Amino acid sequence: MMAWLSINFHVLIATLKKLAKAPFSSFFSICVIGLALSLPTGTYVLLENLESVARTFASPPQISLFMAKDASHVDVSEIEKRLKRDPSVDHFRFVSKEEALKRFQQDSEFSDVAANLATNPLPDAFVVLAKQSRDLESMSGTMKGWPKVEHVQLDSDWVRKLDSFLNLGRTAAVILAAVLGAALVFITFNTIRLQILTQKDEIEVAKLIGATNTFIRRPFLYLGALQGLAGGAAAWLIVAAGLYFLNGGILELARLYSTKFALANLDMRESLLLFLFSACLGWLGAWLSVTRHLWQIDSV
Amino acid sequence: MISFKSVGKRYGGFEALKHVSFSIKKGEMVFVAGHSGAGKSTLLKLLAAIERPTSGSIHLGDQDIGRLKQSAIPYLRRKLGLVFQDHKLLYNRTVFENVALPLQISSFDPRESASRIRAALDKVGLLGREKSRPVELSGGEQQRLCIARAIVNRPSILIADEPTGNLDSEYSEVIMDMFRSFNQVGVTLLISTHDEAMLEKLKPRIITLHQGELAS
Repeated sequence: MMAWLSINFHVLIATLKKLAKAPFSSFFSICVIGLALSLPTGTYVLLENLESVARTFASPPQISLFMAKDASHVDVSEIEKRLKRDPSVDHFRFVSKEEALKRFQQDSEFSDVAANLATNPLPDAFVVLAKQSRDLESMSGTMKGWPKVEHVQLDSDWVRKLDSFLNLGRTAAVILAAVLGAALVFITFNTIRLQILTQKDEIEVAKLIGATNTFIRRPFLYLGALQGLAGGAAAWLIVAAGLYFLNGGILELARLYSTKFALANLDMRESLLLFLFSACLGWLGAWLSVTRHLWQIDSV
Repeated sequence: MISFKSVGKRYGGFEALKHVSFSIKKGEMVFVAGHSGAGKSTLLKLLAAIERPTSGSIHLGDQDIGRLKQSAIPYLRRKLGLVFQDHKLLYNRTVFENVALPLQISSFDPRESASRIRAALDKVGLLGREKSRPVELSGGEQQRLCIARAIVNRPSILIADEPTGNLDSEYSEVIMDMFRSFNQVGVTLLISTHDEAMLEKLKPRIITLHQGELAS
């Protein structure tokens, strides 16, 4: 175990030295990987921010159901029964016209108007919370057909539209991540292939004097993983720089609307995931590249 | 220890070796002689599993080398010391690093390897050149470096392909003396050569090849 650790440590140091020895070509490959990864990362960050904004405005999946003015107690209890039976209803609350009027009167803005009312113009109403927001549409459709129901209002229509937009965005981010992750594998495959070509003799000699494929593969795997990791870090920096400049404008805008808002970068967990993801893809690209080369040697 | 049984090797339509059978006992020093193209290199390559035989079998101890799995070949080669005609040195590494390579490959304890490497360099007379690069060495010195790399793992079998091929007679003799001293400490040697003058002088056991066949 100690021997294994010591070998890996030495290979790691040697690989870092190798990267440092060719700073320009390392820098360029890292930049290319960084740019490729910054696109899905940036998309993800923007979506996360949009979602957190949406969450502050979001109301629960709620429907307001207004009874007809001439609805009797019997009609109201009929609706109540139906709501109790409906499996997509999470819970509901009855707001009687008296309660509604009282609230209306308490609201300072309208207290003058309310005081002058001769009769109560407000209907009985139910506030219904659905279990899932995607059921709202069909629920309101059914409720409109119920007897003595005057009006059904979806309170969170725009939130659901935003939700589906965000879902679309998330799918797009995943596709971007898949495509550009594949690009990372190919980029690494190629840089490692070039590296292998410069070390062809070393590989041949090492094999001739008893090196296993694992031994030959190891430094290249480290190189690929480190390059991927550095590319992930570059993507993080690109996104952070982009957010910094965007936030300059957003702060200005937020002040005009007298709110406080700034775009947030990836949190700790997400950043670590990004680094892990990019390192693994780099490792994979390197593995494919060396394995292909070794396979070509062995099959001679 | 080493036995070839009716070994044949064909490259496309060309038969490099035909029905070659012989055996070598532990501690022997055997020369493979013959003209260029007689199959000497092929024979040595088969023993190190660099090539696979087309027919027959090759045994080292109880291992069937011709049928060795790809993954077992590295471990076979670690038991052998290989000296190549074209040296196969790494020109971007120092003399010391070249000799260190086999030890790194077999994950030898790095703390002990420095003394091993110096001992091997001392045996071939290159102790003062540790920090040199192979290009700074003469042809004979490069060959000695290749030998140092072959013996640093202390193999029980040393295989040398034309080790004196490009050297003048004075250098050749130095190298042959080295091989004899390895043999005296029990190393089995298999050396190919077309240097008949040297064979004349040493009078060792000789396996002569003629157009891929054993000549009696």
